[in-house]
Amino acid sequence: MSENPTPEIIEPVAPAPKVRAGKISSRHIEHYVAPLAETPLQSVDKVDETAEPLSMWAQAWRSLRIQPLFIISALLIILVILVAVFPGLFAKADPTFCKLDFARQGPSAGHPLGYTFQGCDIYARVIYGAKASVLVGLFTTIAVLIVGGTFGALAGYYGGWLDAVLARITDIFFALPLILGAIIIMQLPAFRENKSIWTVIITLAIFGWPQMARITRGAVIEAKSADYVMASRSLGLSKFKTLVKHVVPNSLAPIIVIATISLGIYIVAEATLSFLGLGLPPSIMSWGNDIANAQISLRNNPAILMWPALALSVTVLSFIMLGDAVRDALDPKSRKG
Amino acid sequence: MSKLLKGPSVNRPSDEDRPLLEIRDLAITFSTPEGPVHAVRNGRLTVMPGETVAIVGESGSGKSTTALAAIGLLPGNGKVTGGQIIFDGEDITHPTEERIVALRGSSIGMVPQDPMSNLNPVWKIGFQVKETLKANGLAGNNSKERVAQVLAEAGLPDAATRAGQYPHEFSGGMRQRALIAIGLACRPRLLIADEPTSALDVTVQQQILDHLDTMTSELGTAVVLITHDLGLAAERAEKIVVMYKGQVVESGPALEILRNPVHPYTQRLVAAAPSLASKRLQSQPTEVAEEINAVVKVEHEIVDEDILQVKDLTKVFKIRRGLGRSDDFTAVDNVSFSVKRGTTTAIVGESGSGKSTVAQMVLNLLKPTSGSITFDGQVMTDRTENQLFKFRRRVQPIFQDPYGSLDPMYSIFRTIEEPLRIHGIGDAKSRQSRVKELLEHVSMPSSTMHRFPNELSGGQRQRIAIARALALKPEVIICDEAVSALDVLVQAQILNLLNKLQEELNLTYLFITHDLAVVRQIADDVCVMEHGRIVEHSTTDEVFNNPQSEYTKNLLRAIPGATLML
Repeated sequence: MSENPTPEIIEPVAPAPKVRAGKISSRHIEHYVAPLAETPLQSVDKVDETAEPLSMWAQAWRSLRIQPLFIISALLIILVILVAVFPGLFAKADPTFCKLDFARQGPSAGHPLGYTFQGCDIYARVIYGAKASVLVGLFTTIAVLIVGGTFGALAGYYGGWLDAVLARITDIFFALPLILGAIIIMQLPAFRENKSIWTVIITLAIFGWPQMARITRGAVIEAKSADYVMASRSLGLSKFKTLVKHVVPNSLAPIIVIATISLGIYIVAEATLSFLGLGLPPSIMSWGNDIANAQISLRNNPAILMWPALALSVTVLSFIMLGDAVRDALDPKSRKG
Repeated sequence: MSKLLKGPSVNRPSDEDRPLLEIRDLAITFSTPEGPVHAVRNGRLTVMPGETVAIVGESGSGKSTTALAAIGLLPGNGKVTGGQIIFDGEDITHPTEERIVALRGSSIGMVPQDPMSNLNPVWKIGFQVKETLKANGLAGNNSKERVAQVLAEAGLPDAATRAGQYPHEFSGGMRQRALIAIGLACRPRLLIADEPTSALDVTVQQQILDHLDTMTSELGTAVVLITHDLGLAAERAEKIVVMYKGQVVESGPALEILRNPVHPYTQRLVAAAPSLASKRLQSQPTEVAEEINAVVKVEHEIVDEDILQVKDLTKVFKIRRGLGRSDDFTAVDNVSFSVKRGTTTAIVGESGSGKSTVAQMVLNLLKPTSGSITFDGQVMTDRTENQLFKFRRRVQPIFQDPYGSLDPMYSIFRTIEEPLRIHGIGDAKSRQSRVKELLEHVSMPSSTMHRFPNELSGGQRQRIAIARALALKPEVIICDEAVSALDVLVQAQILNLLNKLQEELNLTYLFITHDLAVVRQIADDVCVMEHGRIVEHSTTDEVFNNPQSEYTKNLLRAIPGATLML
């Protein structure tokens, strides 16, 4: 780099009294006027009446429905739900009809995926196992939304001691690993003796709501400082009604995204608990139970384990993909205004 | 001002008659998911050495885009699709990356718009200035002194110490000075200043522009000043270029454009510029309105009483300073004023003067620490819920940010209907006709009611906010910077609307603003606030023609272009 040039010092002229009469150039400046035909004058701030009115949700739906990610995940989810509701339409074989004669046999006519260690039809079991997973995922999400959403909204909106208490409670739950916590709860006598889908849902909801509460709280805090909330308050709307009518609807976007993604995660959690023998009782067909039972034949017949595991992965993946697609559509930064 | 350093660039031989920057038939296109958008067409601009040229236009007119193209800083999806940009005889329409980087800083400097976000918060100010010097090979051995000198030139007091501070320790005006120092650090021959003072208070704006003027004229720097304010442009530039919808509609000598605008758009702009207007708006009442008006006038003269009286109002905020300790901050200090029915009282002040806090207390959204507010003869402090609910019907606010004051989930119909529903007025059918009537009041087509706020422009949203405020037939409307966020023409339109509504409905306005120019157009009485206190309270004419306090005089002097139309 070259040596810094020695700066030349200019003595500033004594500051002339500022006459702010505009500057007049000594040069000739052309006065150009564009022909009016080129830029026709439009009336100031006219309302565009031609476009179809669209609400925010309608706009989000428009951008969502053309996204490949959304189309694929939505089709998969519809398929999973159909399978869960009408398993009989998809599998003719009886999943509970198991004959040791067929144990570990390969695919045959009418039994495309072969048989388990116990001689049950794998295809039928995968189809009938969907119901438990979808039910657990759906009801856990609903429970988490109700509990976490309510607490989060109230804490975020009213603040103060309610917020402080909630923050500490969620901290405690965050410090407990889900699986460890679930093992303990599922070992409680009341739960151990009444193992069913509902005990799993309750356990997962206990550990799921704090996350939802935090997300809701954040969204509500952001929405409550908006001017339209102040406008409604000064119209005379009560504080609680403002929360219900303005703040909550405007906080929904991140909540919907998290709920969709969590639904997939709860399905995995159920399968994990069932795999560990803590979740659904063996009498209920579920992917987690089937994966656990297939463990022993993993080395000789990995296919027995692979099929329920594949069904589980595809289901969870499609919910997470849906969540991503919805997030893109609802992201306020990607939308104008 | 201290001694100025003369940089190497000024010594370069240059032809006085050759334009420094010439833009011919520039076309810029942005590719968006909805197809190409032609942001600029027929951009034409000539900047002679040492000349100040102002580009004036409303938001979205393409004024910033044109200037950014000259230093190759168009956003990723923008492209120059036609025309030529010539800098000092060199064609830089499609420059190589290397060449444009070499030009930036040393030949073409830039002062960005927003002082709050354009300094990196994790580096000291001095470091950020040094960065610029280094990038252009001017740091040398005595870089520390050089940095201090550059900052001192930009009018930053105690520059050597200040250079060791972080941006958050600077006020908005000081940050803008630092940005100007960075822009001019390498003695560029052309400085592009993109709305350099739009985010600042008028008095600070005046100081900074004065300083920029002195510096650039001493250094012989040409300036392209981008602004939305025609008065400011006319005062600071030799030449004005007016842009509208991506096209240059008129350009020429500043004063001539101001006094003899030829293009209809420029004429409109000159007519609407608040800083150039000199008197209170008078609307032409229609015949019906005149009848109502006559009736109201009679009533008005009989009950010429104060509808709102504020006495010794004080608000102290506690600012937490860690555990258990807190400092008192007096935002509003012993403020008293009164508002007569059917008139407009403006509260003017710069940011932090406490004017919005007064508005919130009058609206009963914030509890005063002491003092009283009397509305229509009733003291408002310690009101019951029920009284408060009735009060809400009679006093309504309009807020500053048109993008924030409407619930994005509510259709326009629901938004305007909400107050009627809350107060249980009418049935579904009568409410619908009332909404239609209100939309008509604010000159919006009734088909708007099926739309949503995100489909409307800022000015249109502000009209909806006005319609909502009017729904309950209030007597007092409190406008908190209600037109500050709008473009000049839209602002003029809204002010006219407010004025028309006042005459038709005998409304009383409490108008909170930082802009004295707007005050002259709308207010009958003015309170000037400084640091939480009222320093002057008088009629508008009195304040403008015969200001008493030094602060008011400063504010008046700072209105750009105020003296140019005479």
